Amino acid sequence: MASEETPARRRGRPRRGLTVVGVLGELLITAGVLVLLFLGWQVWWNSLVLAGQQTSAAAQQSQKWVNDAMKAPKPAPDTATAQVAPPVLAKPAPYQPFAVLYVPRLGADWKRVIRQTVDTDRVLNSYTAGVGHYIDTQLPGQVGNFAVAGHDSGWGNTFIDLSKLRIGDRFYVQTQDGWYTYTFRNFEYVQPSAVGVLLPVPRQPAETPVERFMTITTCNPPFHAGERLIAYSVFQAFAPPQDVPSEIAAAVGQGG
Amino acid sequence: MYAALWRVLPGPWWVRLLIVLAILVVVLFALVTWVFPWVDSLLGPQEGTVGP
Repeated sequence: MASEETPARRRGRPRRGLTVVGVLGELLITAGVLVLLFLGWQVWWNSLVLAGQQTSAAAQQSQKWVNDAMKAPKPAPDTATAQVAPPVLAKPAPYQPFAVLYVPRLGADWKRVIRQTVDTDRVLNSYTAGVGHYIDTQLPGQVGNFAVAGHDSGWGNTFIDLSKLRIGDRFYVQTQDGWYTYTFRNFEYVQPSAVGVLLPVPRQPAETPVERFMTITTCNPPFHAGERLIAYSVFQAFAPPQDVPSEIAAAVGQGG
Repeated sequence: MYAALWRVLPGPWWVRLLIVLAILVVVLFALVTWVFPWVDSLLGPQEGTVGP
């Protein structure tokens, strides 16, 4: 008799109610999906959105300085005398955007606003910045070390391609005063505590600076924070704000 | 759990589908806007800075 009942009971859809195992299983699947969504957001989506916004902010700032200079051009430095010191900004207040950095090796359109301090929330993760200036280091064109920091991966992937630099690559730093060109010289891989890279002569506390350096610090390896990648460059040239360097002429104002 | 939710929703199947999609959009928006940045801030610094 029991065997005759079984097919009848199987007819139609089984309507199961809530069971502990069923709910638990669905919660676990949901948790897994949430973790995957978070990873996708962190690695891909957030960086994509942030990189676009940061590029756009840099393009606007950059174009504004060029336009201002077009209305009232500033005189070119006297190139007859070989050693003319480039102008140096007054020390910017914390969080003030005071420069735009161009690094063609990181992408034809790569540009970021540099703000004062290396504060995580207000500078490095900001939708309108991305690169921060170590407040106690020198400024663009100043004798000593102009040191900046940015994320490597995540939050805009600012310097994710920094390790692809080649000797001789140019960094262009634009301020309201003009264009400072630095030439990439070498890398150093250090521990996060290696503050010596920020010294006026990097890593040489006893030396008195005579050259103008620029130092970029970022995380290494990508998606970890175990070490820091340092890129050193030396000052090469200065140009007034209306004379956009030819290598980045096409990139200025693009992406705004 | 989700099957129970589906049964609780009113209307024909396409109305239920629209409701489910609307709920998903709201949940995703909340995650991206508030929850994920908050979780990220808990994961510790991913900074590129050197310091003591």
